[in-house]
Amino acid sequence: MWRDHQLEIAIFVILFLGVSAVGFVAARWRRPDNLNHLDEWGLGGRNFGGWITWFLIGGDLYTAYTFVAVPALLFAAGAAGFFAVPYTVIIYPLVFLVLVRMWSVSHRHGFVTPADFVRARFQSPTLALLIAITGIVATMPYIALQLVGIESVLKTMGVTGSGAIARHLPIIIAFAILAAYTYSSGLRAPALIAFVKDTLIYIVILVAVFYLPYKLGGWGAIFDAADAKFDKSPAATDGILLNANNQLQYITLALGSALALFLYPHSLTGVLASKNRDVIKRNMSALPAYSLLLGLIALLGYAAIAANVTPLKNPNGTNDNNTVVPLLFDKLFPDWFAGVAYAAIGIGALVPAAIMSIAAANLFTRNVYREYLRRDATPAQEATVSKVTSLLVKVGALVFVVFVDPQFSIDLQLIGGVIILQTLPAVALGLFTRWFHRGALIGGWVAGMGLGMWMLYQIPNAATKRAHFGGSAFPLKEFGFDSTKTIYVGFVAVAVNLLVAALLTLILRATSVADGGDDTSRSDYFADEGDPRADTAHPVSKAPEVAPDPIA
Amino acid sequence: MTGPERPDTPRAADKSPWNWLLFIPIVLPLVTVWYNADSPRLLGFPRFYWMQLAIIAVGVGTTTLVYQMTKRR
Repeated sequence: MWRDHQLEIAIFVILFLGVSAVGFVAARWRRPDNLNHLDEWGLGGRNFGGWITWFLIGGDLYTAYTFVAVPALLFAAGAAGFFAVPYTVIIYPLVFLVLVRMWSVSHRHGFVTPADFVRARFQSPTLALLIAITGIVATMPYIALQLVGIESVLKTMGVTGSGAIARHLPIIIAFAILAAYTYSSGLRAPALIAFVKDTLIYIVILVAVFYLPYKLGGWGAIFDAADAKFDKSPAATDGILLNANNQLQYITLALGSALALFLYPHSLTGVLASKNRDVIKRNMSALPAYSLLLGLIALLGYAAIAANVTPLKNPNGTNDNNTVVPLLFDKLFPDWFAGVAYAAIGIGALVPAAIMSIAAANLFTRNVYREYLRRDATPAQEATVSKVTSLLVKVGALVFVVFVDPQFSIDLQLIGGVIILQTLPAVALGLFTRWFHRGALIGGWVAGMGLGMWMLYQIPNAATKRAHFGGSAFPLKEFGFDSTKTIYVGFVAVAVNLLVAALLTLILRATSVADGGDDTSRSDYFADEGDPRADTAHPVSKAPEVAPDPIA
Repeated sequence: MTGPERPDTPRAADKSPWNWLLFIPIVLPLVTVWYNADSPRLLGFPRFYWMQLAIIAVGVGTTTLVYQMTKRR
């Protein structure tokens, strides 16, 4: 009951309210002349330096849900859940040269969303619309999942009620506050709050990493306890090491997730908000600090096994593994510290939720509203539409969590990873080559999307007793291979997408079907801060760097 | 819209042989046979765990090196 958790709740509420105040104050932070412009409201003035970008992107990519769900995966399945570490190692060298190109071309043309770029690069409003819709659909359940993250904490503190509205009242209040300061401060709010959130999380985890083994007999004993649990379980795929069947899944899931991450519109929002190429490149070396953090947090799942934590139940009687980390803190730490940890998770949900809603709103504004509803929209109108849309997006996420089974959000997020990957040929490869025919990219998108959906539909989940959309590990035997191995759906789907796009390009070229032109030029991809040709609301007077570099 | 095309100076392109190093931290974490074992343990961590956490340092080292060597001066 909640009465046993009064101190935890008090600390949670105090920190939460403090952070909310920061969110409102953020509107005055690095105050622009005019906040009523998408570059200001939606991208924080495109002027964030190294530290702010580090906190902002870190707080954006490593969400509260990740911090709750990854250890839950290790708790339930073991080593397979640790894919989050190779995934977040691969990602930075992988996008090292990609993101700077995206930043440069967006800087020069004033792009706010990935769909803006696609529209100009391929001169195809249809393709841009597909990219925008894919981005919005993939982002929405991600926002809802942040609420699931907060809920796991509230549930552990006993803050639950009967009835859909009563049970969710705390979340509704929290989201109303979040919506209000995102509306008034835009991207500046999550950027400022990320400082508080990440500092809290780093402190909590550093303490946990040393304190938990002290309480549980050392890390060796923690791993042994996990090993013993998986030995006893009847499932063949769990264990503290990978087995012959899930290694391919592990590799393809890590690689596929890495390919997908920066295709999410909210990740790009953080990137485009930085002030120059150097900030991005330096962050590719600095952001892995969060990967280490995530790896250590993942291991809390094993600590929960060693501490004999029993997850709380879902209303339908299945285990809610997302509660194991909050329960672990409740069980082994003093109440005040558990309160701080809970606040870290709760606030941790706000930062990505705010950025995601801004990103989804920007997609709607730029690629639906301005493209189809009001061609001559002024920057002020764009900003207003984005602000209102960000509110609607949050209401939509709330409705999802309150009235629909949270499992549905989790399924949708799984689908989200697969579908956002289908924008890879147009968005990521499009940064390097204009070789693909715009019609072929649409064809590839349709093929990859169709195949991905079909594969996800085929996958059952034994734990939640569902026949379809039960996971992302696809058994190769369904393709007719004589094998017990599984592979990540998104990986197969994007491979087919690429193949179809390439083949169709050859066919369309051979049959001389008209392709669009290209509004970008080669030098656009290397422009940096102070570029004289940048399309910006605030012309930069600084002279461009002209010193030639002898290294080609 | 963009103006007339200016010739790209060599420094404008991101090309550099140092960039090939980026493949190391991309490929290394994907070779599970390297680390999918329990022994040797380090501070109680099975090899599977400490080695993957150590690969994070490889990633940081590589991106830092490539950034420093390709930086515009």
